[in-house]
Amino acid sequence: MKDNAILVIVARFLIPLVMLFGLYVQFHGEYSPGGGFQAGVLFAAAWILFVLIYGLETGLRVIPLRVIYSFACLGVLLYCSVGLLGVILGGRFLDYQPLLASPQAAQQAGIILVEFGVGVTVASVVMMVFLQFARRRALSQAAGLELDQEQDRS
Amino acid sequence: MNLTELMPFSVLIPLIAAPLVALLPGRVAPWLVASASAISALAIAVATWIGVSQAGVLRYAFGNWPPPIGIEYRVDAANAFVALLITAMAAIMLIWGRATVNREVPERQGAFYALFLLAVSGLLGITLTGDIFNVFVFLEISSLATYALIAHGGDRRALLAAFRYLIMGTVGATFLLIGIGFLYIMTGTLNMVDLAERLPAIGESRALQVGLAFIVVGLALKLALFPLHLWLPNAYTYAPSLVSAFIAATATKVALYVMLRFIFTVFAPEYSFSALPLAMAFTVLAIGAMFAGSWLALLQDNLKRLLAYSSVAQVGYMVLGVSFGTVLGLSASFLHLFNHGLMKGALFVAAGIIFHQTGSVRLDSLRGLGRVMPWTLTGLALAGLSLIGIPPTAGFISKWYLISAAIDAQQTWLVVLILLSSLMALAYIARLVELAWMQPRPADAPQVSEAPIGLLAPLWLLVLANFYFGIDTRLTVGGATAAAEALLGMGG
Repeated sequence: MKDNAILVIVARFLIPLVMLFGLYVQFHGEYSPGGGFQAGVLFAAAWILFVLIYGLETGLRVIPLRVIYSFACLGVLLYCSVGLLGVILGGRFLDYQPLLASPQAAQQAGIILVEFGVGVTVASVVMMVFLQFARRRALSQAAGLELDQEQDRS
Repeated sequence: MNLTELMPFSVLIPLIAAPLVALLPGRVAPWLVASASAISALAIAVATWIGVSQAGVLRYAFGNWPPPIGIEYRVDAANAFVALLITAMAAIMLIWGRATVNREVPERQGAFYALFLLAVSGLLGITLTGDIFNVFVFLEISSLATYALIAHGGDRRALLAAFRYLIMGTVGATFLLIGIGFLYIMTGTLNMVDLAERLPAIGESRALQVGLAFIVVGLALKLALFPLHLWLPNAYTYAPSLVSAFIAATATKVALYVMLRFIFTVFAPEYSFSALPLAMAFTVLAIGAMFAGSWLALLQDNLKRLLAYSSVAQVGYMVLGVSFGTVLGLSASFLHLFNHGLMKGALFVAAGIIFHQTGSVRLDSLRGLGRVMPWTLTGLALAGLSLIGIPPTAGFISKWYLISAAIDAQQTWLVVLILLSSLMALAYIARLVELAWMQPRPADAPQVSEAPIGLLAPLWLLVLANFYFGIDTRLTVGGATAAAEALLGMGG
C-alpha cells in the first residue's frame, strides 16, 4: 500500500505520534490513568500500522521476529528482577520501599520499572499475535493459495 | 531467610524461570533449567508442608502491603498438601519427560518448557494464594499455558482438542470471574479470610447465592465434573505425553481444591450447603460421573482416552466425598485427590512410554506387548490395581476412607455404588492386562524393545509410591485429615 500517497503521508505523520503517545502513557502510569498494558498496545498499534503501509518485510527488517520474541521474555524478566530486588534488599517480593531512601521516590521508581517491563512484553506479544496472522497470509500467498491477491493490490 | 519468606518462591521460581527458559536455545539447556526450577519448587513445597504442620498457617504479604489491601499468600494444611502433589508431579514428570518431548516436540523446546513452567506456577499460584481475584489470574495463567501445551501434540486433532478446551475453559473462568464479581460487590474485599469474616453479616442475599452458584459451576467445568467433562478426554488424549501425564495428575485436583476453598472457607459450609442444594447436586453428579466415566472408559479403543474417561469417573469419587459435608468425607476427598494424582500420573507415564517405544497408544497395538516390554506393562498393570482399589495400594486406602465416610454419613447405599463402579474399573484394567499378556503379538507388529532405564525409573518410582502410600498412610491420611480440618475450621 506504499504507492498510495495519502496513506503514506498520513501514516508518516501518525506513526511517530502514536509511538510518542504510547511512551507518554507508559511513563505517566504511576500517578495518572495509563500504564504498561495500554502503552504496550499503543506502541504495537503504531508498528502494525507501519507494517500495513510498508509491508511485512520492511517491518521485520526494523524489528526481526527473534528480537520481538526476546523482548517478550525480557519484559517479564525485568518485572521479576525488580520484584526480586525487593527481596534481595531485605523486603518482600515486589516491595519497592527498599529500592530508594525516600518512600515516595522508591514507590515511583518501582512502579515505573515494573510497568516498563509490562509495556515491553505487551507490545511484543501484540506484535507477535499480529505476525502470526500476517505471516500465515504471506506464506499462503507465496504458495499460490490465496486467490484474491490481485484485488488487494488495486 | 525464614520459612514465611521462602514459601512464595515455590510459585515464583517456575514463574521467573519460564521467560529464561524461553530464551534458551537447543534441547538440553531449557530442560535442565526447567527441571532445576521444578526441583527447587518441590524442595520449598516440602519445607512449607513441614512448616505448616508445625506452625499452623503461613502468611506472606506481597509488596509488604498488609492484607486485605494487598495480595497475600496464605498457606495452611490444605493448600500445602495440594502444593506438595503439584510440585512432586512437576519434578518427576520433567525428569521423565525429556525423551518423550524430544520425540513429540522436536522444535522450539525452549518455548514448550517455558509454557510447562507457566502451567506449573499457575497451578501452584491458585493453590497458595489467599486472594480470590489472584485465584482467577493464576487460573488463566495455567489454563492459557495448558491450551498451548495441548496444541503441541503431534496429531492434528490436538489443535481441535485444545480449541475445545479453550472455549469450555474460558466459559468456566468467566463464570468464576462473574461469581468473584458478585462477592466483591457485596463485600468490597477480595481477601479470603476477610470475605469469610464479612459474608455472614450480609445474611440472606440473592446476590451471594448467585455468586456462589456461578463459582461452583465455573469450577465444576474446570474440574471436569460430569456432565461438564466434554473437554477432558480429547485434551488428555492428543496432548504430548508429558503434558497429559502432568495435567492428568494435577489440573483437575487444583480445580477441586479451589472449589472446596470457596465452599468451605470463603463461604461457611453451613451457608453453602443451605443456599444451594450442593449435597444433592454433588451426590447425583458424582454418581453420574462414576458410572458414565467408567462405562465410557470400557468402550474406548485408545489407551490415553480410556485413562481420560477413567479420570472423569475418579473425579466423581472426590466430589462424592465432598457431598457428605463432613470432616471424614472431606478427608476422603483430599486423600483421593492425592492418591489419584499418584495413580493417574503413573498410568499416563506408562502410556507415554508405550507411545515413545511403539508410536501408538491404540489398544490394538498393546496386543502381546507385555512380553516385549515387561517392565512398562507391569508398571501399568500395578498402577491399574491401585486405580481399582486393591490392597495394599493407595487406591484401596482412598476407597476405604470414602466408604467409611459414606457409612459415617449414613448413606450406606452409596457403598454399593462405589463398589460397583470399582468393578467397572476392574473390567477396563483387566482388558488391558488381557490384551498385553494373554494375546499373542501379531506377526505383522512392528519391532519394539523395552524402554531405557531413564524412562522406566520415574514410572516405577510412581508405581512404588502407590504401594508405599497403600501401606504407610501417615503422610497421606494425616495430610488429608489435616487439610480437611483446616478447611472446615477456618471459615466456621
